[in-house]
Amino acid sequence: MRVLTVASFSRRCDLSLAEAPTGFVIQVEGITKRFPRVIANRDVSLDIRYGEVHALVGENGAGKSTLMNILYGLTRPDSGKVLLRGKPLPVSEGFLGINHGIGMIHQHFMLIGQFTALENIVLGSEPRKGVFLDTGTARSRVENLMREYGMEVDLDRKIDDLSVGEEQRVEILKVLYRDARIIIMDEPTAVLTPQETRSLFSTLKTLSDGGRTIIFITHKLEEVMEVARTVTVLRAGEVIGTMPVTETDAARLAELMVGRSIETVSGRKAGSQGEPVLAVENISLKARKGHELLTDVSFTVHRGEILGIAGVDGNGQDELFEVLVGLAQPSRGRVEFLGRDMTHASTRQRLRAGMAHIPADRIRMGLVLQFSMKENLILGRHTEEAYAGRVFLKQRSIDESAERMIKDYEIEPADPEIDAGLLSGGNQQKVIAAREISRNPELLIASQPTRGLDIGAAQRVRGLLVKQAEAGKGVLLISADLSEIMTLSDRVGVMYRGRIVGIMPALEVTEEGLGLMMAGVSQGGRESR
Amino acid sequence: MKPRVPMKTGVESKLSGLLPPLVSLLLAAAVSAVILLLVGENPFHIGSVMLSGSLGSLRSIANTLEEATPLIFTGLCVAVALKCGLFNIGGEGQLVIGAFAAAWVGVKLTGLDPVTHVTVCILIAGLAGALWALIAGVLKARFGAHEVINTIMLNYIAFILTNYLVTLPYFKKPGQIPQTFDIAPSAALPRLSFLYQYTRLNIGFVLAIVAVILVYVILEKTRLGFELKSVGFNPTASRASGISVVRNMVIAMAIGGFLAGMAGSERVLGVHRYFISPFPFGYGFAGIAVALLGRNNPFGVLLAAIFFGALASGGAQVDIETHVPRELVTVIQAIVILFVACEYLVRRMGLMQLVDLMRRMGLRRRGAGAHE
Repeated sequence: MRVLTVASFSRRCDLSLAEAPTGFVIQVEGITKRFPRVIANRDVSLDIRYGEVHALVGENGAGKSTLMNILYGLTRPDSGKVLLRGKPLPVSEGFLGINHGIGMIHQHFMLIGQFTALENIVLGSEPRKGVFLDTGTARSRVENLMREYGMEVDLDRKIDDLSVGEEQRVEILKVLYRDARIIIMDEPTAVLTPQETRSLFSTLKTLSDGGRTIIFITHKLEEVMEVARTVTVLRAGEVIGTMPVTETDAARLAELMVGRSIETVSGRKAGSQGEPVLAVENISLKARKGHELLTDVSFTVHRGEILGIAGVDGNGQDELFEVLVGLAQPSRGRVEFLGRDMTHASTRQRLRAGMAHIPADRIRMGLVLQFSMKENLILGRHTEEAYAGRVFLKQRSIDESAERMIKDYEIEPADPEIDAGLLSGGNQQKVIAAREISRNPELLIASQPTRGLDIGAAQRVRGLLVKQAEAGKGVLLISADLSEIMTLSDRVGVMYRGRIVGIMPALEVTEEGLGLMMAGVSQGGRESR
Repeated sequence: MKPRVPMKTGVESKLSGLLPPLVSLLLAAAVSAVILLLVGENPFHIGSVMLSGSLGSLRSIANTLEEATPLIFTGLCVAVALKCGLFNIGGEGQLVIGAFAAAWVGVKLTGLDPVTHVTVCILIAGLAGALWALIAGVLKARFGAHEVINTIMLNYIAFILTNYLVTLPYFKKPGQIPQTFDIAPSAALPRLSFLYQYTRLNIGFVLAIVAVILVYVILEKTRLGFELKSVGFNPTASRASGISVVRNMVIAMAIGGFLAGMAGSERVLGVHRYFISPFPFGYGFAGIAVALLGRNNPFGVLLAAIFFGALASGGAQVDIETHVPRELVTVIQAIVILFVACEYLVRRMGLMQLVDLMRRMGLRRRGAGAHE
């Protein structure tokens, strides 16, 4: 238990008096929710106190989002009940949390890009003067909120022109504007730089000191330890335990989450450089509108190394990926692969020559969801001699290699006929990894390969990347996950606004230093190409 | 929550895939019965006349299959394109071009033995249809011009072009009617007279069944089919896997055009024995309904085409035997199509509700991330 200052204690008392007599703002009692193939929540009970930051941790599919959707009124439980300030939550159709002081901030922001920050904040509950929008009142209310909670946003800029951190502040202001006393945040730090994360955490502290309750869903256990007062662990739809963070630590939480102890994977930090596999020279890419998406990008990937490219999403990583695998034509520059000029080669030519890739968006780019698992395991490899003759597919060898890959990569369920769309995210990623790595490529380009995966699956994918490098192949790892970049890479570069700002040996950089480079504040140290 | 896409696991799908069309048919039958009651007819009587007119005798069965033959081809034409994510509404035009080509070669090429002559006629007709479809395919692949618009426009062009060509003295049989000379006897597709003496059912029906099997093999067993379907389901992932989207779209259109062209040759070589202007209309469009009812599955298309053939031959019988106008049969066909289309709507309802809920929240999703 944290010691409360007199001031904050009295403020909290006021609120409690105003809101409800008990110490709990939300009591979840025996919630069960079934979906066609899974039980998302099984007899879940949970108490959340006024004014605390309550972290909810668990792997993908543990039932966190379902539970939050039930609290918010998006989903109805099959049994059990939820007490909000001691009163049962209405279960009627039209119930939505925001009308009862619950605000939800999704991982993917729900903002309108062409509207200004202020317009987005007041949207749906605009103060009016007759039929007109009362901009003055709206602005002063929002400005008061910003002052009270120490958040700063340029209210007159369009959302499209804001950084991700600012967009998130707009989301927070939006729920505060609707006077949410309870704020649910779904993986709020997934898209932030370390600096933005720090500023978010100080905002969360202010909010909770101001008597607001925060429910914080996350994978990242260090963050739980840093910002939360209480933590609840969910596993496979059940509550494994609720405890004050002072009585636990990150390693113990990880074990509770996964149900077994976790081995950590790390790359070889100071590996010697082999010969170049991929050399990229002064690549630029123009958008249709004429502005540059990539500017003068140069780097080399050597045999036996993992080159990590860090950066906040949307700084040209996707474009770089597309240029490298042949989906986009650079307006300038040269791509050399295994000593051959491949700048204008087609994707198929590159794949044949020994490239493989794991795309960031596995659903859009990596898989055909309506195809079976075994069909996905040969996607793009269906012309290889092992899988097809000139005309016909070799069904038997496709089946055999599917069985083998399912076993080697522990894909669940082990049913090669199941549609890829029915697999969990982690298993979808295993299908892609199995397909691409079993090509035995000279170069593996992996873009956000562990995004959205739970700890176990993520570690497995990371292990595969390290193994590739150990086998003397080149690996290019594009990732927004800083700690992933830091633990796996031999060298690290940062992408910022379509440029690579400095490539350094991983041993010479700190997370803070990378964070500053990701935010465009510093240019990084010496270059080592 | 998982994104909702029609999905299946193994065997379970094959059965559950059959059920929805059957339910649609039953519902359509029920609504049709109500309509018949409203116009003061006895639905059971009409039903039995339709049944006997379509399946009651060898003659009726032959009529049904004869009506079904071109629909099998045009249904396959639409299905192949749909598998590749394209909506080919041009079956009509590709058919008429193929029909004219078959008549041309059938009339003008002489002195061949029947097997060669028929084969040449059908191949040329298929190629002509494929070429016609290719125009739309290339426009789509090269310039992104929408295939629905292009194929519709090409339908008009095909009809007007053949209407004109048939009036040229080189083709036209002297007389009042704008039709070509009769094809050479060696170009005629033999009729299956052993079933029923006066039937127009011909070897073309057997060819249609062969086409069904071929299309099935192409789609399910070959590299080409794998790529076509991959492009149809997810062009982005296909491109990223080194599959040429453009090439596969063009090929899918060409295969469809070839099949529609074959339908035209079957009509000319097996049924009419000449090309007449305007050419009998509707097989191409009916092919769309056949493909939908058959769920884009070649064997489903075969069954659906026979079902539509039965409606047509049964409808003709109703026209002869009762006071119910033939148009009412068309209404019943339309009802069937409506219910099939509705089934697709109902499947998407789950998604719609979600969208509706989000709208009520006043929220709009940016990006397409899915929850757990």
